[in-house]
Amino acid sequence: MTIGGYISTAGHVGLIGWLVFGNGFQTEPLDQFDVTEVSVISEADFAALFDTPAPVVTPETPAVLPIPEPVAPPEPPSEAQPIALPPEPVEAPAPEPDPAPNVSAVTPLPETDVTDAPPVVPTPPVVTDVAPEPEVDDPTPAPAPRIAPQPVAPPEPDAVIADESREAAEPDQTAEAVVEEQEATSEEAATTETVTEADQPSAAPAQSLRPRVRPTRTAEAPAPAPTEEAAEAEAEPDPPSNAIEDALAAALANSEPEPSAPSGPPLTGGERDALRIAVSRCWNVGSLSTDALGTTVVVAVDMTEDGRPVTGSIQLVGSSGGSASAAQQAFEAARRAIIRCGASGFDLPPEKYDQWKEIEMTFNPEQMRTR
Amino acid sequence: MRALAILLSAVLWLPATVAMAQNGPLRIEITEGVVEPLTFAIPTFEAEDQGAAQLAGQLSRVVAEDLSGTGLFREIPATSFIAQRASFAAPVRFPDWRAINAQAMITGAVSTAGGRLTVKFRIYDIFSGAELGQGQQLVGTQAGWRRMAHKIADQVYSRITGEAPYFDSRVVYVSETGPKGDRKRRIAIMDYDGANTQFLTDSNAIVLAPRFSPTGDRILYTSYETGFPQIYVLDVASVRRRSLETGDGSMSFAPRFAPDGQTAVYSLERGGNSDLYTVNLNTGARQRLTNAPSIETAPSYSPDGRQIVFESDRSGTQQLYIMPASGGEARRISFGDGRYSTPVWSPRGDLIAFTKQTKGRFAIGVMRVDGTEERLLSASPLDEGPTWSPNGRVIMFTRETLGENGAPSIYSVDITGRNLKRVDLPTAASDPAWGPLQP
Repeated sequence: MTIGGYISTAGHVGLIGWLVFGNGFQTEPLDQFDVTEVSVISEADFAALFDTPAPVVTPETPAVLPIPEPVAPPEPPSEAQPIALPPEPVEAPAPEPDPAPNVSAVTPLPETDVTDAPPVVPTPPVVTDVAPEPEVDDPTPAPAPRIAPQPVAPPEPDAVIADESREAAEPDQTAEAVVEEQEATSEEAATTETVTEADQPSAAPAQSLRPRVRPTRTAEAPAPAPTEEAAEAEAEPDPPSNAIEDALAAALANSEPEPSAPSGPPLTGGERDALRIAVSRCWNVGSLSTDALGTTVVVAVDMTEDGRPVTGSIQLVGSSGGSASAAQQAFEAARRAIIRCGASGFDLPPEKYDQWKEIEMTFNPEQMRTR
Repeated sequence: MRALAILLSAVLWLPATVAMAQNGPLRIEITEGVVEPLTFAIPTFEAEDQGAAQLAGQLSRVVAEDLSGTGLFREIPATSFIAQRASFAAPVRFPDWRAINAQAMITGAVSTAGGRLTVKFRIYDIFSGAELGQGQQLVGTQAGWRRMAHKIADQVYSRITGEAPYFDSRVVYVSETGPKGDRKRRIAIMDYDGANTQFLTDSNAIVLAPRFSPTGDRILYTSYETGFPQIYVLDVASVRRRSLETGDGSMSFAPRFAPDGQTAVYSLERGGNSDLYTVNLNTGARQRLTNAPSIETAPSYSPDGRQIVFESDRSGTQQLYIMPASGGEARRISFGDGRYSTPVWSPRGDLIAFTKQTKGRFAIGVMRVDGTEERLLSASPLDEGPTWSPNGRVIMFTRETLGENGAPSIYSVDITGRNLKRVDLPTAASDPAWGPLQP
């Protein structure tokens, strides 16, 4: 090797050493930058955000009801009045005295004999043959007052309704270890969908036995061939789209970074499902209006480290599909669900608290509408 | 090509890396819930004076029965209460009510001072620990205490469910007495829950199909008083009535008010054929809406008064059709198996209730205005004649039992198909027609 070779080798070794052990690869840290979460809403939703339908959200306003009685003056608030209560009382309409007609004059009318020949009323057909109920091999679900994701058989008469079923236990005197006495419990009977009488076969007469409110046909009407099914218009195929562009756009949309990314490992699918199921058990849509059942609401809640929701933090952050009042009803049902089932703490991993200290729950009742 | 592959791999890789780290709050979607009655507690209303004690108990009972009767609420019995409220103004101990799983609570106070009945009430969302809406006060006569109870229940129902109220409403129906072969029929009205029945006609003639006007002040019905069916208009306040001139030498059936209350639509049979007509109740001017050799009957207006749904056998079997209110081309909306009859448009305008006869039984059902999403809510050997509650949430209908001792009764059912129950009435009853919410 020539002298030049040695010099070149030493120079390269020195340069590489400086790069590796020095700070040759270090770069200036990037400045912190602010990012903002965005969400896509429709034009109608956007308009709805600024269109506050004031008359709609005050259904309890008594202004629409007349006040036939002089209104009593407001009572002074009691000293024991809870702070949360609004000033009392709010004036309300007085229901007018029962406006039903005084029909006592007609009530005691004597039952006079009918002297005129009664009108000819079509004689109802005498039903002699009642079709027997067909045997059903595959029993349909039995009606139950509760609709839940999993059907539950009716409980034993003595069983106490509880979240889980368990057998009754009695002290066993012969056993070495005495089993503690406990009551039998059972989950409340539930079915997965509403079962009406229409799901059960039954017998019926060939025609109504009621007096006819429908004129009787005197001549056979021509019987044109009935049109059985309306022709359904064929759906236009979707226009071809650029799959790559769509996929790229979707990926970019999903990749919007959040301002405060929590650290630590994310919740597993099982842990998220457990939370979802826990809230589902208390999400009662049975008392919601049909309008509210068409409304999806997004509810934000802060959690304490022991897995309980902070009641005051529960707020409606978005809704779609219904009016403002329907969204409010849907939100209240969602809030009840979170508070009720979170009262004893959700089963969430404490070591991942950073991941679930803030939760956004979307309550979508679409599947519940047809139950 | 290579560039495309790189781009694709980048696209596929990007979401995966994003999913590795969760951003912002934890997001979950709840799509499954439960459908069960909402539990409520209603401590007996406080009596503010000696004379109010009995009324306080009665008022709170009717409120509780109204709510429980919907099937959407379940009352928690007073024996389960941990806390008894000392007074209406006392603070609510929410933990005590949460402990017995009450989701809502209604408190009230009743006073009869000055000969007037005064009722105050408040509604609480127990798990939120807050009052729902504001407290209200009602003032009225003592005789009208049931209406006051219905009005309170209406407020509770609306604030919790979001539905429009319907408890303070009345139903007109046909009361039936006597043996099956010699029934005496009278037009009667009752509160929606079967209380306060009063008769509007005597039993000298067969009467059928009474219908309330939109304001509840008049009733249209069909009577065989003259020997053939004829339509009458009855003023509820004075109980005076007059026959409607519907056409000479004809039989008129199935009248129903238009939403404006000034027009009635009905079916007129003449020479063996029947068609639909309207008549102006003030001027008597008549207009023919259909002209077909088939039977057209049972017309019912849409809430906006622009369309009419009716039954016709023009296709060979009884089916449901919709046409403009002024007549014109009709569009068939029922296509299922069986025969459809007595369509009634929902006050909300979104659904049509009907009677359907199929597979050897009668059923009450609902379908959307375009005929889709047909749903049968009941089924029995004989169910007929649905009528809507003022808020479009509940349907009443006639159910008749078969056999020698068979008799009609009025039943109600929620439009979900749940909470089917019989309305308790002193006599057999048929042909209910629900009136409007009272002012």
